Amino acid sequence: MTPPRSRTGSGAITLRLDTTSGLTPYLQLVQQITHAMRLGQLTVGDRLPTVRDVAAQLAINPNTVLKAYRHLEVQGLLASRPGTGVFVAKELRGPSLQDQAALRRALLRWLSTAKEAGLDAEGVEALFADTIRQHAIDESVAS
Amino acid sequence: MNVLEARGLGMRYGRRWALQDLTLDVPGGRIVALVGPNGAGKTTFLQLAMGFAEPSAGTVVSFGLSPRRNAAAFLPKVGYAAQEPPLFRRFSVRELLKMGAHLNRRWDAPLAASRLRRLGIGLDLSVASLSGGMRAQVALVLALAKMPDLLLLDEPMASLDPLARHEFMRLLMAASAEQGLTVVLSSHIIGDLRATCDYLVVLTRGRTQLVGDMDELVSTHQRLVGPVDSIDAVDHVHEIVQVERSDRQASLLVRMRGPLLDPRWESYPVDLDQIVLAYLSRNASISSFETDLAAEAAS
Repeated sequence: MTPPRSRTGSGAITLRLDTTSGLTPYLQLVQQITHAMRLGQLTVGDRLPTVRDVAAQLAINPNTVLKAYRHLEVQGLLASRPGTGVFVAKELRGPSLQDQAALRRALLRWLSTAKEAGLDAEGVEALFADTIRQHAIDESVAS
Repeated sequence: MNVLEARGLGMRYGRRWALQDLTLDVPGGRIVALVGPNGAGKTTFLQLAMGFAEPSAGTVVSFGLSPRRNAAAFLPKVGYAAQEPPLFRRFSVRELLKMGAHLNRRWDAPLAASRLRRLGIGLDLSVASLSGGMRAQVALVLALAKMPDLLLLDEPMASLDPLARHEFMRLLMAASAEQGLTVVLSSHIIGDLRATCDYLVVLTRGRTQLVGDMDELVSTHQRLVGPVDSIDAVDHVHEIVQVERSDRQASLLVRMRGPLLDPRWESYPVDLDQIVLAYLSRNASISSFETDLAAEAAS
């Protein structure tokens, strides 16, 4: 059997699905798109692959693709133009250097509190990773 | 809106109930995974939903119609494919298409032809010469050409290798995007279902063990590892599905009913396989049920 290779070709980036990732397929798509935007691989006006093409290429539920696109539309990052497709509507850059410095200072203060409480670096990492994951779950339960 | 509703549905073959007291709603627009061990009643349920037999108990209604008593109105709305698609082996693919066009009122011949072209399946090939994967794809293309609102697939990929399963799923997902239909797909291969199905039904002994949105079910189930003496405290807040314990430590598969606050418990994500397995083994009487079946098969 020689399965024909399908080309998405309809958009600026190629989306992937990682079955070993702990993330839901929906979150994987959202992250890949925002990641590409942060790295400048997607810029304003770029067209994303159609829902149908992503579904056909990745064997992923079209509702999931639609949900990821909608989520980013609500955030103002994407805009859909009926009949033509979904486009990048906004630049997405990381927080400014100034904001990053403030966040870092707050984190350092928290780290010294954690150290006083007896947490070592490994303990901090475990707590941090677990809290981020739990936070994501709580948000998905709440939504 | 539900496109398929079963109420107290049961089917008896001789003295054995293949399906008993099943109540289930299938919401429209979803791609539903119907999962369960052999003998759980998946095939029986799909056959009753198609109207192939009259239920021994209860009712099944689809689009407000009885699949059996309103067959003339119901059948154009529904497509069906099973594990061994009953395609006529000596027919060519073209002849199958012609037959489909004659037998169905709603029939999109150009759509079927363009799908087969994209799949690289020549119309002049005979069914006998097709690989198992291609035969499954042809059966799916034919079922889709009816332009059904509801598609019922009974273990359509059971005999396919992983690549053929992936190709089948790509076709199904593309068709779902193009036609916006509701799909109910029974399978015992769980891995393929995570990204393709958005609704999960776990069936054992003709009863639903777990029903709901796929993403929500996967994200609200977690493995908690912590001290044995505080299992009760977890049980108080969350729903414990499965317990494995040693002297001091317990590993729980839990359906979370809120945030985890006790720092003595660590949580880990679980995948769909683990969740399904936990629900299948939770029903402790499954094993005795399977023993019954085996005894009956042997006698």
